[in-house]
Amino acid sequence: MSTMSSAVLDRTAALRQDFPILQRTVAGGMPLVYLDNGATSQKPESVLRAMDEYYRLYNANVHRGVHTLSEEATALYEGARAKVARFINAPSANQVIFTRGTTESINLVAYAWGRAHLGPGDEVLITEMEHHANIVPWQIVQEQLGFTLRYVPVTPRGLLDLDALDGLLSEKTKLFAFVHVSNVVGTINPVAELVARARAVGAKVLIDGAQSVPHMAVDVQALDADFFAFSSHKMCGPTGMGVLYAKRDVLESMPPFMGGGDMIREVTMVGSKWNSLPYKFEAGTPSIAEGIGLGAAVDYLQAVGMDWVQAHEQELVAYAYGRMSEMEGLRILGPGPDQRGGLISFTLEGVHPHDIAAILDSRGVAVRAGHHCAAPLHACYGIPASARASFYLYNTAQEVDVLTDALHKAQQMFS
Amino acid sequence: MSTDALYREEILDHYKHPRQKGHLENPDIHYHDHNPFCGDEITIELKVEDGVVIDAAFDGRGCAISQATASMLMEEIVGKSLDEIKTWDKEHILDLLGIEIGPVRLKCALLSLKALKAGVWGLEEWPE
Repeated sequence: MSTMSSAVLDRTAALRQDFPILQRTVAGGMPLVYLDNGATSQKPESVLRAMDEYYRLYNANVHRGVHTLSEEATALYEGARAKVARFINAPSANQVIFTRGTTESINLVAYAWGRAHLGPGDEVLITEMEHHANIVPWQIVQEQLGFTLRYVPVTPRGLLDLDALDGLLSEKTKLFAFVHVSNVVGTINPVAELVARARAVGAKVLIDGAQSVPHMAVDVQALDADFFAFSSHKMCGPTGMGVLYAKRDVLESMPPFMGGGDMIREVTMVGSKWNSLPYKFEAGTPSIAEGIGLGAAVDYLQAVGMDWVQAHEQELVAYAYGRMSEMEGLRILGPGPDQRGGLISFTLEGVHPHDIAAILDSRGVAVRAGHHCAAPLHACYGIPASARASFYLYNTAQEVDVLTDALHKAQQMFS
Repeated sequence: MSTDALYREEILDHYKHPRQKGHLENPDIHYHDHNPFCGDEITIELKVEDGVVIDAAFDGRGCAISQATASMLMEEIVGKSLDEIKTWDKEHILDLLGIEIGPVRLKCALLSLKALKAGVWGLEEWPE
């Protein structure tokens, strides 16, 4: 049944051993088929161990103490920042700001950069394909700053309508913020072209990399992003941790986001001076264990190889796309497998996505059902919700077969 | 959990062949509610005489649990007094469904009761 080569399958079988949770069963003894990686990925043993060791052996606050533990914790935490910088090819670790996740990274840009650079008459361009995390922060600051928010439309095939860009980008556009890989339609957006079009009108570019960094090699300098945001928990790391990369001159042109400890150089009762990059944007005690965990996740992914991860997911999604396309009444949202990342959102005629997810769950298969925090995109398709299977490095073609068998079962039950 | 435990035949039957689905002419009570989490929608309409429901209808879209519950509830409600309906709670719906239900899907199951009770109590909208 499988079209995947045996070398790939052997590698996947070995990688699965690294993830303790994949050994468990659900729904009364069914093997777990975890296909909700778009929501969050599972964590390998090495990440769990790194975080556990921090609490057992080095637990101390960072950047403060002169004692041994604090120095060790700081070295590990800052070591993680350096690993992340190398992973995305940032010119310097000082341009890697740790946040709580993609959502906080984009909020940071909206509040700190937005307050300094946006006002009435300005425009921020986003797309209909965005996750709520790249819509709602702009709507909130828009009320305070008075700029106009515009949207690039999505074609019925789930691609950005590039023909519409001419009418949307102008010298008024101060920022073009778009998703790298859609969490709903899976589309891999043509970053080079989008960045070039933004540059032509002098706009800054923010790329939401929540669904790209975990699944493919990303080079922020090659992409020429002014801002690039992503989350730890979708790339084998812990929750509560994320990254905002930005160009140095852009970061220096921004006031701080939150105020507090660690982000200041000098505080008097009259005022304060800000710390250097990246600490200017990191107020308060950070998520230290989570930062160290992200560092371990980066180590893990680099050892596996991001090109392998992407190739593996490409094979899986092509196989799943083929099998699901054969099903009558099943509608896949978005483009063909050659233009998408490792996820497939779909609807099944006569079966609500919630019912699909519940029936799949009873067979051990975890998928997402709902609007995937992208309600405007679902509105474009005229549907309230969809079901989504999203793959990662540990998924197999056999698991795709379990998925499609369970979908047939759901269809039978409701016919 | 087996899928049979999740979707009894009666629930699937109500979902595929909903009873009392549609609209009433000049209903005495009309209430619309939705669950933003999954997009389930329910509109409930009642004709009332002397404090007793004499006709009921629902319209809506959503998962099998939310739509089947609405259908079962509308079928049951005709002939019942508003005072009795006001006493119905979560347990009443779970008895009606006859399945175990997790916390997330409980919202689907309770949507039509929520709309019904808001309508019966004469609320303009559900209090936050």
